[in-house]
Amino acid sequence: MLTISNLGIRFTQYDQGLHRKQLTVITDLDLTVQPGELVAVVGASGSGKSLLAHALLGILPENAQLSGTMAFQGEPLTQKRCEALRGKAIALIPQSVGYLDPLMTVGRQVQRVGQLNGLPSRAAKTLTARTFARYELPAHTPKRYPFQLSGGMARRVLVSTAVMTQAQLVIADEPTPGLHPDVVTETLNHLRELAQEGRGVILITHDIEAALQVADRVAVFYAGTTVEIANAQDFTTGNLRHPYTQALWRSLPQNDFVPVSGNQPSPDQLPVGCLYGDRCAWSTAECKQARPELRFVRQGWVRCIHAEG
Amino acid sequence: MQLRPIVTFTAQKLLRLGLLLLAVAIFTFVLLSLSPIDPVQAYIGADMMRISPEQQQLIAERWGLDQPMAVRFWDWLGQLLQGNWGTSMVFNQPVGEVIAKRFWVSVQMLAIAWLLSGVLGLGLGILSGALAGSWIDRVIRLYAYTLASSPTFWAALLLLIVFSVSLRVTPICCAAPPGVLAGDVTIWQHLHHLLLPAITLSIIGIANITLHTRQKLIDVLHSDYILFARAQGEPLWGLIRHHGFRNLILPALTLQFASLSELFGGSVLVEQVFAYPGLGEATVQAALRSDIPLLVGIVFFSALFVYTGNTIADLAYPIVDPRIRLGGSQS
Amino acid sequence: MTITVPFDPVSRSLRNNRRQQTLWGIALCTLFLLAVIFSTWVIGDGGLGPVLSQRNQPPSIAHPFGTDWLGRDMLSRSLHGMSLSLRIGLLAAGISALIGTGLGLAAGTLGGWVDAVITWIIDVFFSLPHLVLLILIAFAVGGGTRGVIIAVALTHWTSLARVIRAEVLQVNSADYVKISRRFGRLPLWIARHHMVPHIIPQLIVGLILLFPHAILHEAALSFIGIGLSPHIPAIGIILAESMRHLSTGYWWLGVMPGLLLLLSVKSFDWLGENMRALLDPKTSQG
Repeated sequence: MLTISNLGIRFTQYDQGLHRKQLTVITDLDLTVQPGELVAVVGASGSGKSLLAHALLGILPENAQLSGTMAFQGEPLTQKRCEALRGKAIALIPQSVGYLDPLMTVGRQVQRVGQLNGLPSRAAKTLTARTFARYELPAHTPKRYPFQLSGGMARRVLVSTAVMTQAQLVIADEPTPGLHPDVVTETLNHLRELAQEGRGVILITHDIEAALQVADRVAVFYAGTTVEIANAQDFTTGNLRHPYTQALWRSLPQNDFVPVSGNQPSPDQLPVGCLYGDRCAWSTAECKQARPELRFVRQGWVRCIHAEG
Repeated sequence: MQLRPIVTFTAQKLLRLGLLLLAVAIFTFVLLSLSPIDPVQAYIGADMMRISPEQQQLIAERWGLDQPMAVRFWDWLGQLLQGNWGTSMVFNQPVGEVIAKRFWVSVQMLAIAWLLSGVLGLGLGILSGALAGSWIDRVIRLYAYTLASSPTFWAALLLLIVFSVSLRVTPICCAAPPGVLAGDVTIWQHLHHLLLPAITLSIIGIANITLHTRQKLIDVLHSDYILFARAQGEPLWGLIRHHGFRNLILPALTLQFASLSELFGGSVLVEQVFAYPGLGEATVQAALRSDIPLLVGIVFFSALFVYTGNTIADLAYPIVDPRIRLGGSQS
Repeated sequence: MTITVPFDPVSRSLRNNRRQQTLWGIALCTLFLLAVIFSTWVIGDGGLGPVLSQRNQPPSIAHPFGTDWLGRDMLSRSLHGMSLSLRIGLLAAGISALIGTGLGLAAGTLGGWVDAVITWIIDVFFSLPHLVLLILIAFAVGGGTRGVIIAVALTHWTSLARVIRAEVLQVNSADYVKISRRFGRLPLWIARHHMVPHIIPQLIVGLILLFPHAILHEAALSFIGIGLSPHIPAIGIILAESMRHLSTGYWWLGVMPGLLLLLSVKSFDWLGENMRALLDPKTSQG
């Protein structure tokens, strides 16, 4: 349903004293999502994951330049098509309640989503009430303002905004940080439900354990590029292909709890060769010359010349 | 409606007003005491010539002018609080009456200018901010930037030249046709004379409000909730209608009421150019002819005026912003 | 199925364009203002003498601003008046800026009751319409040139003081300053190395933007008749005099000097905005 190939996003910024510089935030991003599938996009903070969501919705800032291709349901996703589809066929679940208008009741905001999807206001209001009930929100919730919601309630309201649409693609942007573990599980289950309804769900997160709870496939992000697309069970069966993914897995507290030294390269100074090269144990001279292509290895995709089939 | 917060609010505001007026009183009094103006001469005026030095001494004693400053201040303050604001030397009437009459004349002009600058300023600001970068925005910005730092009195002069002298569509001065008795002035004549001064005053006000509103709207349009609304498919004018406007109201109202201060100052200049007999023109007269009671009265009045405006703006906050109104109440 | 053309290279000329434009803007404004200020010494008193044979002439090549009822060249008169107004305005604004910076720094760094008192004084100043306050002070000190300068100097410091105070408070509460203090750095060292770099840009921009206000208010006071005597032709006086001749149709007497005033004030505004663009990188991206 969704195919992204070689996506690149670059920004030009004004530095001090009107100096201009270029930031390459996403390079060679590849991703596919099928209906009924939940794909997790996992990466460290600053790896450009949220920008992927913004690109799909056509809400990137003005100084952003896109390259590569995005196709949704067989047709290319141009800016115009993004504007036509967003909120209707493609929906976003934002990170926090800060993305809601602070001066408007949540009921009216969610109702607005319905109206943007063509419902008359009465029908939208009813649908809002029904959606809130589905997520077991108390009856007075529609009259509440965003600042009055608790963490769990806020999460459910945000999910409601996506459920109000008939979107075939739902993008959940970092839904779990700062939440109680029970609320995290509840939120993830809601996303799983959406996938089971037949929608495609992209879960953007840095929490790999959370991702593995509900994801079918996991796309691993590093420095703005996909380094591996694995199936969820590859993690537990040890079938990981890319050195970064393996290091990421090892660094978890319940595994070896071993960190990797070094940092992600800065977006304004990307290396010529493999982006993981300077931190990689397998790195050779060949790695530093050119960026590897995405290869199909062991039922998954990996961007490494040393990964074995 | 709960009574207690309203009572507390009102009490606080009145207290602050009292303190403010006291500060203004002290400031004014000290200023005038230290000034080279002779208060006796100021209060007696042209009759100084006819009064013998002994009588001057008597007057000075009666007014307590030979007392230390602090004593004089409390005497003076006492007089003010009792409603005795003195007699205007220039108009030969009690200061209170002069201010009331003159303010009634000015307030019509101020009200029109205030409403016009508010409505047009908001409208142009929203238009300019929503279409930022387009040629409409550039035209509006050019107009606003030019006018915002234009000398008010020069803009008034220009308009007078164009409309009254060249085109002859508006009168060249005053609030009524010369030679017509006050009671005989028709409402059309009245409005005819009011028109150009009011428009002049509003033009400058519009410029400022437009620029500020534009910037606020641009800030709002860069916020997170607007980003999310866009992601939901909300078109530009939907964004402004459903989100932008509401988030703009508070800063706009604050600005609007703060502009009262500028408008008052502007009216001084506009009334001078158009020879319009309002409170602004009285201020100039008072200053030029050393009419201390009237000047002091106007100073207090203007402080009251500005303070009232700002307080009304403060009242708007809990009404518009639920976070202030509902405060700590959680679900 | 490509959406966009791959990235176009950032052209060097485009990159430097904005910076150059800003610098050109600053240079132009400064030159213009200096030209007006020094024009009195360059053109001398020549055009100021009455020449009754060429009274009331509209603008022409010989007299770009026309002549007045005594035959005096309006351009010379306007330049003289503007130069005077600019010098008076700069002097008064300079004093005001010193007061504002001093009080703003004091309020921000010393805090406590000093801050409370200064903030309250600022509030009192803001409670009166600016022009009314100016008239009061100018009147109280006896009017004249001295009165105008004192009045303007004593009333224009409030905005700058607020801005500086806010800046100082912001820097003070920043983590790196707290850490500096923990390391035992003396307050003077902190002031020099941490605060000054933050405050200087605000100070420069605030100072420059203070001038147009001061000049406009000085002109307004002269126009009303409070302050400068009619024998010293500051721009406000010239404009006030022109009012007497409006109904006779001699429009250039008021329009042209006012235009010069407008241009001068605009130059300061533009200068200030360009300085801000140069010193504060936050104002624009992309």
